[in-house]
Amino acid sequence: MARALVNVPAKAKRGAVIEIKALISHPMETGYRHDESGHVYPRDIINRFVCTYNGVVVFQADLFPAVAANPFLSFFTVATESGVLALSWTGDDGRTQVETANITVE
Amino acid sequence: MSFDRGGTGRIIPGAGKLLRAHHGIRGGAVAAVLWLAAALAAAAAMAAEIAPGERRSGYELLSRETKAMQDDDTANPGTLWVLDGEALWGQKAGSAERSCADCHGDATTSMKGVAARYPAFDAARRRPVDLEQRINVCRTERQKAPPLAPESKELLALTAYVARQSRGMPISIAIDRMVEFVEAGRSLFHRRQGQLNLSCSQCHDDNWGKLLAGSVVPQGHPTGYPLYRLEWQTLGSLQRRLRNCMIGMRAEPYEYGAPENVALELYMMWRARGLAVETPAVRP
Repeated sequence: MARALVNVPAKAKRGAVIEIKALISHPMETGYRHDESGHVYPRDIINRFVCTYNGVVVFQADLFPAVAANPFLSFFTVATESGVLALSWTGDDGRTQVETANITVE
Repeated sequence: MSFDRGGTGRIIPGAGKLLRAHHGIRGGAVAAVLWLAAALAAAAAMAAEIAPGERRSGYELLSRETKAMQDDDTANPGTLWVLDGEALWGQKAGSAERSCADCHGDATTSMKGVAARYPAFDAARRRPVDLEQRINVCRTERQKAPPLAPESKELLALTAYVARQSRGMPISIAIDRMVEFVEAGRSLFHRRQGQLNLSCSQCHDDNWGKLLAGSVVPQGHPTGYPLYRLEWQTLGSLQRRLRNCMIGMRAEPYEYGAPENVALELYMMWRARGLAVETPAVRP
């Protein structure tokens, strides 16, 4: 499992705009680089990121080889109700990593 | 009167008598006069070392966005290595079956301030060792484990975790037993090298704050190593940065762990004394 850092406010007022920050450790190998003997390093990137808020998708992104290693995404949503934010990263190898964070809406 | 090329900023007690011999006058009187003239011209062309009140961390030259990235632990990619280092700290390694924590306990207290005083003198080796070398000494001698490779993820993670415990503390190198090594580093810092015939000092003492291509030249204070360089897209050590600069000067870079690299690190940390440790810093 790659190491990921998720920053979601623990508490928010109902209707407030909250910022969510997500950082994950990943080489984002483009598939265009090669070693001294010409062998290409195979492409290995995270190509999909989805954030759901109590099951509803609030943000999603497709990622491409031009995105730097250790991608950092920051986005906003409206705090509607207490619950769980689930952030998932899917790689070229088909594996998905999910991190969750709880939020209390008052 | 000093004929050294180090400028006027020298403060090392007793340093004046060191490393002066190799500047000795060779050949006859004519050669001596020519040499003296050249030395004076060189001294006049070179600005003094940066005064203590003028010293600035490279942080102050960063863009607003890069500063924000460094300041927020959850946006700073260096945190990924710090957390890896925290995990490694508690992991048993080597035939001694010991972890760092088994000897040093809680790093948040035992490692506090350590990075601010490295490179430090190693009595057994009779030379300074930097933080990475110190960690590898512990690995080979205490844990009986193979040393970690330079720039390996594990070594960078452990170094970042140890150095993170000194964040905010002023850099303070005890040079009393290392004066000759500081002087060796100073001489390397001021020596012109490579096909571009440049010294470190010409950029980082004389022209800091100006632009080299599109980038601002910093004063070159190693306050935040190992740091996350956006260009590298990874964490890297001060030695990697030094090798980068040397390649830029089209000089032959010193090997990882070479005495020249450690002397340069030592001189640069001494030169940055008083500035706060920022590990893990973010730089463009």
